[in-house]
Amino acid sequence: MTEKTKSPNVKLNEVGMSKNDYRGAATTLCAGCGHNSISNQIIAAAFELNVVPEDMVKLSGIGCSSKSPAYFLNRSFGFNSLHGRMPSVATGALFGDHRLKAIAVSGDGDTTNIGMGQFKHVIRRNTRMVYIIENNGVYGLTKGQFSGTAEEGLELKYAGKNNFKPVDIVQEAMASNASFIARSFAGDSAQVKALIKAALSHNGLAILDIISPCVTFNNGDDARHSYAWGREHNELLHEFSYVPVEEEIQVNDIQDGETRAIEMHDGSHIVLRKVEKDYDPTDYKAAQRLLEDAYTDDVMLTGLIYVDPERASLPEIHKLPADRALNRMTETELRPAKETLAAVNADMF
Amino acid sequence: MTTSKAKPAKAKKTSALITNDLSMTVATMNGSGSQTSNLTLLRALFKMGIPVSGKNLFPSNIQGLPTWYTIRVNKDGYIGRRGSNEIVVAMNGETFAKDLQDVEAGGAFFYPDHLKFDIEREDISIYSFPAKSIVKDSDAPASLRDYLTNMTYVGVVAQSLEIDLDAIHQALDFHFKGKEKPIKLNMDIIQKSYDWAAENIEKNDPYVVSKMNETGDLIMANGNTAAALGAIYGGVQFASWYPITPASSLVEEMTKRIGALRDSKEVDERTYAIIQSEDELSAIGMAIGAGWSGLRAMTSTSGPGISLMTEFVGLAYYAEIPVVIWDVQRVGPSTGLPTRTAQGDIISTHFLGHGDTQNIMLIPGTVQECFEFGWRAFDVADRYQTPVFVMSDLDLGMNQWMTKPFEYPNQPFDRGKILWEEDLEKIKNKWGRYKDIDKDAITYRTVPGNKAKNSGWFARGTGHNEEAKYSEDNEHWEENMERLSRKFESARSGVPTPIIESRKGAKIGIISYGSTNPALEETIDQLEELGMATDYLRLRAIPFSNEVKEFIETHERIYVVEMNRDGQMHKLLTLDYPQFHEKLIALPKHDGLPLRAAWIRKAIRKVEGK
Repeated sequence: MTEKTKSPNVKLNEVGMSKNDYRGAATTLCAGCGHNSISNQIIAAAFELNVVPEDMVKLSGIGCSSKSPAYFLNRSFGFNSLHGRMPSVATGALFGDHRLKAIAVSGDGDTTNIGMGQFKHVIRRNTRMVYIIENNGVYGLTKGQFSGTAEEGLELKYAGKNNFKPVDIVQEAMASNASFIARSFAGDSAQVKALIKAALSHNGLAILDIISPCVTFNNGDDARHSYAWGREHNELLHEFSYVPVEEEIQVNDIQDGETRAIEMHDGSHIVLRKVEKDYDPTDYKAAQRLLEDAYTDDVMLTGLIYVDPERASLPEIHKLPADRALNRMTETELRPAKETLAAVNADMF
Repeated sequence: MTTSKAKPAKAKKTSALITNDLSMTVATMNGSGSQTSNLTLLRALFKMGIPVSGKNLFPSNIQGLPTWYTIRVNKDGYIGRRGSNEIVVAMNGETFAKDLQDVEAGGAFFYPDHLKFDIEREDISIYSFPAKSIVKDSDAPASLRDYLTNMTYVGVVAQSLEIDLDAIHQALDFHFKGKEKPIKLNMDIIQKSYDWAAENIEKNDPYVVSKMNETGDLIMANGNTAAALGAIYGGVQFASWYPITPASSLVEEMTKRIGALRDSKEVDERTYAIIQSEDELSAIGMAIGAGWSGLRAMTSTSGPGISLMTEFVGLAYYAEIPVVIWDVQRVGPSTGLPTRTAQGDIISTHFLGHGDTQNIMLIPGTVQECFEFGWRAFDVADRYQTPVFVMSDLDLGMNQWMTKPFEYPNQPFDRGKILWEEDLEKIKNKWGRYKDIDKDAITYRTVPGNKAKNSGWFARGTGHNEEAKYSEDNEHWEENMERLSRKFESARSGVPTPIIESRKGAKIGIISYGSTNPALEETIDQLEELGMATDYLRLRAIPFSNEVKEFIETHERIYVVEMNRDGQMHKLLTLDYPQFHEKLIALPKHDGLPLRAAWIRKAIRKVEGK
């Protein structure tokens, strides 16, 4: 498939791939679904980062959002697992070859309803992957029930009125001490793409809570997860950009007092340009205050909310060899030698 | 509690001694340190070369509830639980009256003299000993006195039964890993108690032990430790688990022992990961993820955990992901009797998962087999690309058993059909994850990290075609499920075969499995002595191999002996061999205790009308 499209006119990236090499099957989600635009930004981010598709793994749970990995990175290994259980499958799967870059996609029901426990614990472990929650406040595949992130008072065609306070994914991630937390809006492609790139460079678990409207079941103008609300109330925390290792950041940019640069574990940089207030996303307490204010003011705050680039990730905690994959180890390395057994038996009494 | 004084022992001194044939129960409170005392007695007897077994009957509690420890000594090598006792040591006032009744006529009853009770039995020997004053008169620190009180009965019983003090010293040396201070402290109390008994107790009962040469080529271990070691020798790379009695010690032992056997001396790197998860759903989820990524992955749990793993096991069965799951069974349903033993998960685990699911199960019957299946389970899982359950139980997993030494794996790793870059190049892309190229129902898989362009595939629990693409096509679904069924059938010749013990002229067969083995070994000898020859088949796996069918075919009647209420293995045998249903007789027992030969013998004789 990809061979045919590689005509001289097709743009190739530094590893010789065209964008098609990062695409998936045609989407079966509704036209206009926010998830489709996120899939497109995943494709674009991977292409622009010059990652070979075979060096990536994609994971998901169950739901509309979890179907989407079929629609990007066709050449990558993927695992569409169980409802709410993607984090555990991902945690185990990423021990096979821990050098792979992983993108996990979940939904608000998959994460905050059935999967809240695994969501919290995968954060604690700092498993090295990008964990995207395509958050639309509603169940799509089962047709329009409220999810845990639906706002109080929301009225839906079939489900009626929601009487409960919503779960705030970003605040939950903060409470669990996630090492990278961002919120974005599917309608802001540039920000989504830049955040995905930064998240892929993070040495640990990166939570991306992306408001991704469901055009079929929850897109009323006043609904907190709709396109209209997002466009109206999306408040940028900063202008966010990502500078890969091979590009140098412009020193002048940083010194103008309007911009802050954060170095990631792999040597790349996140560059944040001030919009209204100066904000330091490495300051945990500032992040907490920010979120409380945003909650009170009912604004959709987007950008990088918190990052700790130096936290040890799971493969490091488990002392995996830096440059070798466990799944390529052979019997010689994995089965103790015959001579060792005598001592084992002797140790038994 | 009554306070009148115990009457002195009155039983007549027996002239003939009974050597190396007794059952002893020690009644204590849990959390009082009695486990060390009991293991010391058990190990000392083992070191004397006498066949012996020890079983801990403990409460689901940390401290203060009654606990009993039973030791059986038998010169002929029968080590199953007997149920009756010649010797009882009563250290717990709460159960004193009951413990007194548990002594067989002619037996002996030991108790510390600070317990004041009326003792109405004249048919047994009664020995009291000053446990507290022995400890008090020693120079042991006051903080350890309660704990050391339990060492007094070791000394008194050792003197009475003639247990070798050198063997006791060896047991302590092992227990305390050669640490001089605790060894000396405990040995001192044992010696003082021994000396006190020699001076003050006039032995009236006939029970003694004497050195034999029956255990020299054996070791003493528990099944969970054996399983952990077996897994290490099987190259385990990933173990995720959640604490549950009686399975916890399996991965705990692995954690303790794997470094010395697997870690490099040069670099601080590991070839494995062990993760305590937040629950059993996560434990199996991680193990399945790891299995999918090409690692030898496992989890261990017990019945309640198995219940929680149901959905995931169905996924692994359908998506064909190798993973090993140890089920150290306890009594259920529900929380049940969490510290008692059973074989109650046979049917549910075999069919675990919704829709049509059939799981392969390996069933160890000895501690040595726990080691063997520890590594072999990975080979079976990799070969058939499916969850493989290893069905142990509390008795096998947690109690100390004498067993043959662990044997080094007799075959290299079988990683099954995995394709790496060079393999894919050789077959020129003629590959589909679920394509039955070899027509043996087992397809080829690739794992993440493979760099070949056509290596990637999307694992899913949803309907899929041969290329692992999403499919709701009715024919795809049916063909795939039929192939899975053929794959399961093919495992009949790839799992451990049963062990068959034949007796001359036997027309009656017995089928059993797992930890019932010692009781069965004894039963068939007893039945033969009574003129009823029986052949005994010990199942070691599901699906049943052809030997099982032949065994049923060639016997008039077959008793299926097991530890559950509904005769679960009997039902599975009947499902597999409906043509023999009239021959198969269920003999289930489900009181939570290890099975006794006497019960099996009587149950069979009753049906046989004898």
